[in-house]
Amino acid sequence: MSKAKQVLLNPIFNDNPIALQILGICSALAVTGTLYITLIMCVALTTVVTLSNFFVSLIRNHIPTNIRIIVQISIIATLVMLVDEVLQAYDYESSKTLSVFVGLIVTNCIVMGRAEAFAMKNGPLMSALDGFGNGLGYSIILIIIAVIREFIGAGTFYGFEIMPLTTNGGWYMANNFFLTPASSFFIIGFTIWALRQWKTDQIEEPEFKISKNSLEAERRPG
Amino acid sequence: MNNNDTIRKTLIVAVSLCLVCSALISFSAVELRDLQEANKTLDKQSKILSAAGLLEEDKDVSVIFNSIQPRIVNLKTGLFDPSINLEDYDESSFARNPETSIELNSENDLALLKRRENFQTIYLHYDEDKLNAIILPVRGYGLWGTMKGYLAIESDLKTIIGLEFFDDKETPGLGGEINNPRWKAIWKGKEIYSDSGEVVISVIKGSVDKTNDESIYQVDGLSGATITSNGVTNLLSFWLGDMGYGPLIQNLKLKESIDV
Repeated sequence: MSKAKQVLLNPIFNDNPIALQILGICSALAVTGTLYITLIMCVALTTVVTLSNFFVSLIRNHIPTNIRIIVQISIIATLVMLVDEVLQAYDYESSKTLSVFVGLIVTNCIVMGRAEAFAMKNGPLMSALDGFGNGLGYSIILIIIAVIREFIGAGTFYGFEIMPLTTNGGWYMANNFFLTPASSFFIIGFTIWALRQWKTDQIEEPEFKISKNSLEAERRPG
Repeated sequence: MNNNDTIRKTLIVAVSLCLVCSALISFSAVELRDLQEANKTLDKQSKILSAAGLLEEDKDVSVIFNSIQPRIVNLKTGLFDPSINLEDYDESSFARNPETSIELNSENDLALLKRRENFQTIYLHYDEDKLNAIILPVRGYGLWGTMKGYLAIESDLKTIIGLEFFDDKETPGLGGEINNPRWKAIWKGKEIYSDSGEVVISVIKGSVDKTNDESIYQVDGLSGATITSNGVTNLLSFWLGDMGYGPLIQNLKLKESIDV
């Protein structure tokens, strides 16, 4: 596999920012209630991380070490504000629903993490590819969560009714838990488990081992 | 590679980055402002029309909105006040300014607003010169935050046409069901005032018993969202009562026709 292809495709399953690096969980919880909103968020984040990687890499040889984090944040914040402005102008409904979460892309660890870990050391094109790949990796997990949450929570897929709700005269009693952000924790957990069953090299060594039950140990000494 | 860590270089990089970034943001903000403003107006107009049941799919919102006349009303006297320019009116700044608002005490602050502005913009819909609907902005506290919406009533000044919220922070699937079209449809035809003139419209717990005489004043509660349901009842009681549009509605009742 060529390096470019590797940089682009690795973050999708092998080195997924959410599932392996456990970054960007906040927005994965908050904006996954419906698939449409999630897709907008994914496009916004992918755009920001791709462009921020590109621009950070472009000026990486001129960034003073002392202020490099501030420089990265400034670039990211500028891009996020631009995306927010464009969204308000061209998709007002979604920008109203996403509200602060577009602005909060600034604090998304994936963007900052890729700028610091990759863009500071690699060329602009490679960095843009890395950003795009990580954006895709983020998107795929968010889309999985959103599809599950929307289906179980509202009986719909991308707004189309699959299971008619009892409140709309159908038979499906919506599971309101899946409409709350907390449900994403469980879905992310199961997604990570599924991914690690498939790619077993991602399984981590446990940091602690659970010791034997102390009562049992007392009863049978030695 | 030259040394980046001198004070000179650090300052140059920091200043030029700031200049480039701020120029980009200012440029986009100015370029896109018209589109954003147009979106906001369109959104507001479609909510107003939707409350009055006037939204049609194949017709342009701004075209339908031509049949709507906004008026500034003085909430204390209940009279229209042409001295305030429609463009100058801003609900939130009027509600904050002590000169254009009053403080509410615990007794009359049903909707938990703390302050109430002295003026509001209301919308009159005319159907060939005949008044058809009055659309009143209403707001009040729900479970998580203020719910803002429009209440449309018929020209008989007691029958509801529709209630549409455009901003709320209620739980999706529970309190958020205030935006469910099926729930919104229940409001049509409900009446606000009892025979003695009190505001009796309310969202009850559970479903309305249709055989009950009171059912004309009652709306099904949202299951699992008692606080939101009570919030809706309270905001209607507030805005339709003496502290809200009560004086206006009294004045309109006395008049034969509504052209001020």
